[in-house]
Amino acid sequence: MNDPDPFVHESASIPAKITAGNPRKDEHERQTVIKAQLFITCLGENFFSPVLQDMVRLLERLGVQCELPEGQTCCGQPLYNSGFQSQTMEPARQWLRVFRRTEGYIVAPSGSCADFVRHRYPELFPQGTREHAQAVQAAARTFEFTEFLVRVLQVQDVGATFPYRVTYHAACHILRGLGLRQEPKQLLQAVRGLEFIPLPEEETCCGFGGIFSVVYPEVSRAMMENKVRNIEASGAQVVVVSEPGCLMNIAGGLAKIGSPVRAMHLIQILASNGAAP
Amino acid sequence: MSETPTRIDFRSNVQHVPPHVPPSVQKATAKFLGTRASVVEVVGDERWQSLRQAGHDLRLHTITHLDYYLTQLEESVTQAGGHVHWARDAQEARRIVLDIARHASRNVKRAVKVKSMATEEIGLNHFMIEAGIQTLETDLGEFIIQLAGVGPSHIIVPAVHLTKEGIADLFREKLGVDAPADPIQLAAIARAKLRQEFLAADMGISGANFMVAETGTLVIVSNEGNGRMCTTLPPLHVAVVGIDKVVPDMDSLNVLLKLLPRSATGQKMTAYTSFITGPRRTDAENGPQELHLILLDNGRTRILQDKIARETLLCIRCGVCLNVCPVYNNVGGHAYGWTYSGPIGAILAPQLLGAEVAGDLPFASSLCGACAEFCPVKIPIPEILVRLRHRVVEGDPVGGPSASPMLRFAAEVGGRTLGLPWLYELGTQWLKIVQAPLRKDGWLPNLPPPLNRWTMSRPMPAFGADVRDWWRDRTPLGRRRKMERKIGLGTLAVGVVALAAWLLARKRGK
Repeated sequence: MNDPDPFVHESASIPAKITAGNPRKDEHERQTVIKAQLFITCLGENFFSPVLQDMVRLLERLGVQCELPEGQTCCGQPLYNSGFQSQTMEPARQWLRVFRRTEGYIVAPSGSCADFVRHRYPELFPQGTREHAQAVQAAARTFEFTEFLVRVLQVQDVGATFPYRVTYHAACHILRGLGLRQEPKQLLQAVRGLEFIPLPEEETCCGFGGIFSVVYPEVSRAMMENKVRNIEASGAQVVVVSEPGCLMNIAGGLAKIGSPVRAMHLIQILASNGAAP
Repeated sequence: MSETPTRIDFRSNVQHVPPHVPPSVQKATAKFLGTRASVVEVVGDERWQSLRQAGHDLRLHTITHLDYYLTQLEESVTQAGGHVHWARDAQEARRIVLDIARHASRNVKRAVKVKSMATEEIGLNHFMIEAGIQTLETDLGEFIIQLAGVGPSHIIVPAVHLTKEGIADLFREKLGVDAPADPIQLAAIARAKLRQEFLAADMGISGANFMVAETGTLVIVSNEGNGRMCTTLPPLHVAVVGIDKVVPDMDSLNVLLKLLPRSATGQKMTAYTSFITGPRRTDAENGPQELHLILLDNGRTRILQDKIARETLLCIRCGVCLNVCPVYNNVGGHAYGWTYSGPIGAILAPQLLGAEVAGDLPFASSLCGACAEFCPVKIPIPEILVRLRHRVVEGDPVGGPSASPMLRFAAEVGGRTLGLPWLYELGTQWLKIVQAPLRKDGWLPNLPPPLNRWTMSRPMPAFGADVRDWWRDRTPLGRRRKMERKIGLGTLAVGVVALAAWLLARKRGK
């Protein structure tokens, strides 16, 4: 196939350096095609397939060559976080089988899955094994979508138009797992026509928490209702939630009370050309 | 009162939280977090982060060299004229306190107490009162919960679950005073009662925030002055302190004293920071004639055995993880069923009490990570929660697995399915079909158990895995693959149905 992608090699060893690979700024780098392997995630695929399609369109518009590797299931995080850490090995191995031979970056529409691959996979396999080396390599190539745009592509304005009042919920793993506090808001503020409204208690968990939402449904509901109250009070027409799990929770909570506010993934806003949501 | 529970049922507890509790708790925690933010801002984020790192490192160093520092502490306390006792568990600690009190030379009848989580942990008050020694809490919050007959609902503000109206009612009922629901007047009533008690007490009981190994100094951080009264007025001072509270020297203490009040109450310093090094040396000095320090293990050395979970012992009991926790703020401290609540309680209680008793608690978290972001000594609480979940479901050195065989089987099947991409993909397409009767406007408003636990609060989005086929449609190769897959999966589905029908027919035939 093609020549080995210089970014792959670099990213595997020194993640910080890959930010140099900006196709928009540097004439020399423009020659190199940036590849993104779509890590569709189980919740993303099953509940938000249209968002994934938008993700492909948007990345292609930005000159990124997308691929969707066959054989993806789930990264195993729900099992791991439930305490079933030995049972996590099968999905983790499958994930590695799918992605280890791919080229370029691995990009997910979820902070929680990207965080899990980046921070937990290298711990799952014993040091010195081939799987461990593969996990470390893959972890360094894996990015959440926002992070990929802002830190790798170094893009803030993607040329979107979205003339609505929009607020932003900081999903926990994007915020604390990956440390993305300002980046999603920078992307939103560059969208034409968009009026950004801060969300009260923006950084408070929405109550999803994976199995938490079914193990302790009463507490999860109280947290979700509090989030929905704040969203309604903000006066926004749309709340951006960039995490499939939280999006299910918040969109469901808004639907339950018949709220006019819509919950959308950041990708949907950035892929928008101004048409009604 | 802080009795050791036999099993903590977190779900049942949260279903019985009185409605006034979450608003009372949220009001207090918001205030603490607000003042904390302003004092941390003064320090500056960079310096604050390096202080946290220093705090983490020195605490980790200390707990991994406990043998050294505790021996040093014993020597220096003894040298300063104090007596050191070692208590393996709660029972032994209670017995030592009682023996000291009952000793013929002392014959203690009345004891006054400084707020202390360690004595709550061992249920000391109840035990002492049963033994005939009047034991009175003198911290205002502890005084209130002792009247109410409950344990603390917060590490630093134990009565935070109560409203001022509730406290006025309690005073009327228990003290027989007609009190208005005014904090200043309520405090004045307690103060007047406590003043006589300080003067009459034969023994002062305290915990300690820190113990300095190098000098043998006990450090007590407080805001009410009762700590100083209890540890200086009575002729006897007994301190019960967890072995994890030792710090190497004054320089280490300096770091922790910068972190603790700022994180806890948002103060640069508390009103009182007491340094107690031994009893009084001459009659001209103030202070007790005798000082006894009881070093409490009660499961702490067992915590040290788990390399991940042992960072639990770094805790300096500031309570900020409770203040910032969305779960704690919605349920209050008593839902956690024991002395320690909130995120730190969710990791400490299962390790001290065992998974059989407190195995629910590591699951009582959405793993949002706010606790770890705020913790002044950087305890990785979410990682420890997950570690303990693992120990709960798969067993640990202390107890066997407590997850039901059904659940373990389901996890096993789930794990294997996720390792088989063809089966997984078949499942995603199958769900799209079987959901049809339940589907309404793109949502699944009511699902069967266990997913009804989701739909009781909000609908679930309808299953709709189409992205792979959409992707495959974009290229000729993909379209061919899609067709092959459809045929393969279709044949498989038909085969499975046929096999099932055949098995069913055979069973019926018999």
